[in-house]
Amino acid sequence: MTARDPSLPDPFDRLNGRIVAEHRPWPRIEVQTDAWAKAADRLSRGALTLLGLWGESHVVHMAVADTNDPSLILVLSLTCPEGRYPSVGRVHPPAIRLERAVADLFALVPVGPPDMRPWLDHGKWGVHAPLAAQQNDAQPAEEYGFLPVDGEDIHQLPVGPVHAGIIEPGHFRISADGETVVRLEERLGYTHKGVEALLQGADLQRAARLASRCSGDSTVAYGLAFAHAVEAALGWSPPTRAVRLRALMAELERLANHLGDVGAICNDGGFAIMLAHCSVLRESVLRQAAACFGHRLMMDRVVPGGVTTDLDAAGSARIVGLTGDIRRRFQRLIDLYDKTASLQDRTVGTGVLKPALAAQFGAGGYIGRASGRLCDARRWPGYAPYDELEFEIPVLQEGDVNARLWIRVREVEQSIRLIEQILVTLPDGPIRTENAIDPANPPAEGMAIVEGFRGDILAWVRIDAAGRIERCHLRDPSWFQWPLLEAAIEGNIVADFPICNKSFNCSYSGHDL
Amino acid sequence: MGITSALAAQFGQMLLVLALAPALTGLTRKMKARLQRRIGPPIFQPYRDLRRLFNKDVVLADNSSWLFRVAPYLIFAATWVAAALVPTFQTGLLFSWAGDLIAIVALLGAARFVQAVAALDTGTSFGGIGASREIMIAALAEPAMIMVVFTVALVAGSTQLSTIAAFMADTGGLRVSLAMALVALIIVALAENARIPVDNPSTHLEVTMVHEAMVLEYSGRHLAMIELAASLKLLLYISIIACIFFPFGLITDGAGLSAHAISLAAYLLKVTAASLLLATLETVIAKMRVFRVPNLLGVALMLGLLGTLLLFVSGGM
Repeated sequence: MTARDPSLPDPFDRLNGRIVAEHRPWPRIEVQTDAWAKAADRLSRGALTLLGLWGESHVVHMAVADTNDPSLILVLSLTCPEGRYPSVGRVHPPAIRLERAVADLFALVPVGPPDMRPWLDHGKWGVHAPLAAQQNDAQPAEEYGFLPVDGEDIHQLPVGPVHAGIIEPGHFRISADGETVVRLEERLGYTHKGVEALLQGADLQRAARLASRCSGDSTVAYGLAFAHAVEAALGWSPPTRAVRLRALMAELERLANHLGDVGAICNDGGFAIMLAHCSVLRESVLRQAAACFGHRLMMDRVVPGGVTTDLDAAGSARIVGLTGDIRRRFQRLIDLYDKTASLQDRTVGTGVLKPALAAQFGAGGYIGRASGRLCDARRWPGYAPYDELEFEIPVLQEGDVNARLWIRVREVEQSIRLIEQILVTLPDGPIRTENAIDPANPPAEGMAIVEGFRGDILAWVRIDAAGRIERCHLRDPSWFQWPLLEAAIEGNIVADFPICNKSFNCSYSGHDL
Repeated sequence: MGITSALAAQFGQMLLVLALAPALTGLTRKMKARLQRRIGPPIFQPYRDLRRLFNKDVVLADNSSWLFRVAPYLIFAATWVAAALVPTFQTGLLFSWAGDLIAIVALLGAARFVQAVAALDTGTSFGGIGASREIMIAALAEPAMIMVVFTVALVAGSTQLSTIAAFMADTGGLRVSLAMALVALIIVALAENARIPVDNPSTHLEVTMVHEAMVLEYSGRHLAMIELAASLKLLLYISIIACIFFPFGLITDGAGLSAHAISLAAYLLKVTAASLLLATLETVIAKMRVFRVPNLLGVALMLGLLGTLLLFVSGGM
């Protein structure tokens, strides 16, 4: 997969434009509409995979990767002085929500998209397109029209944004024929915090704090993505010990989240004992994280240039004890899951996501890997220290709730393997390099893709000469996973929606920005 | 045996079940929590919840009718009257001449009908989906319950619970038909009381609810009445199972004070054991998919039917 097959056509062929020198590590080119349209066409034919689409005043950027070799990445930038650009979503549906978000924030309007409704903007901001070149007053909010569903005896079931349980807010409009779901339509944006606006003009320290708060459960991964992007832009290289400690924290975070998810999925099948036991394991991870790094979620521990907290020998011993403990106890829980037929009956064959759709949307994480997509940002494009560590990437073809649960189980095992390798090979040395920002430097741009527990997080920054963030975009993996939930639930029964939703466990906060 | 003492026994028992019902719910919750390595709320928490709810204001939906307001009282009354017909620690209850097992099924059916109609009354989608699921389950559970009644009635020669219990205590014994009826009755009891695997009483997921979805719109004293009725119903089913299949310790009227104490202790023991079994069952199995429930209740119906048939074919074996 990593080696390019020369017989395949080059998906980047004749995507020409002016190369932006200060963009690292992958090339960024300023293109005209014809190259932009060509890239959209290749996305729709599957030769390219969409990584992200974001705006800036008068410019729209799109990151794409070669589908056959996801390490080959290109950013296309299209200047649109009129505020209009050819829609990618018209031919490639994964881009639709991204384009709607760009229109809400920057007033850059795609031409010819199938869906022009606002997405993040619910008409409650008091301002229209807050990041656009010129500020506009808020327009009176129009009634949000849900997609019509035709048919006799179809009834609608509005669920959320306020739920009976304590979960994040999101609205789900379920159209059902009796108990069978005919269509699910999501409406998100309730947790919009204005992260991108807050990031503009922030210094690196504040920006790192903001980036880590995009989605609290992935705070290490977000911090890492932001740090990688800044380090790429400024040419910093963090010390080896810091790189290893970052990976350690990232794997602990993955471990905690996957353990919690396995229990929560079973609980949604009415099997509370798994939740109780998995919660105990998750809690033990969080407590050790607090003991070793001073914060349960390890928030703000990863910063550009390194990490802020070192791990002492006692901490190492604690984590070794933790992994041994989880290894022993988790296996028994998995045996329990495997042997409980009534629970398997709920998860096997429920909420099937077809591999073709997962590939089209470039879905990362357990959602993509449970639907036959071999992907992991730790290997493609890859980053240190994972090139020196051994781990397997589990892939299943079934795409049902059961498969997504098993991917998590396997990843728990792999994370434990990684943690043990990291602890054994942890070198001594400093944990942070302080680099001064040279005011003579031109603006620098950096990009990074990091594997969070949900999938690949993309971070893109431009830093001005004073070392402040000029523009930063953070793309959560959920952007390409939420739409797939709508597809996976179709034809299932209404009562199975929670277990499907939990098996996806997409981020609201990371998506709503 | 004077009418006063008979009345005292009858009303004493009615008050007993009313007082005991929330404790049963609390005990079951506590046991489930302990089985899941949680501490769980205190056993007497349901009483505090009821007191809290009775002291709260009622919030009514704008478009709800009188039906929505009277439904909780009707549900509670029907369930309580049904519970009054079931011998707990004493047979030969005064009211049992007024109604038999079929009357109990009818009273519970009436309560369910009122509940489903009240759920539809507010016009919310969850009320509708809850009512539709409840009626689907009831349509399958009720025939199974009737078949169980027939089996037991054929054995004991009566549909009156007091008579059945007295018969079982005296001459009862092991019969294949009764074993089938017991299994069928347990399945029906799980379905009727919205327990796992049919429904999940502790879920917070509104789209998976059955019973809880129907009462989502209720608040204050209305909710308290419904919660109390639900607790009563659980105790009622446990009492039915106990008095038909495990009638030891039951006394007839005219027994002395010490006999009363022993039979009461036996009853409490049976209820505690049932609560523990229920908690264990709810811990070891997952909730079923909604459309699997008919299969489960179909099993109950078939067992009830087989039990009845076997009695005819084997001439009372």
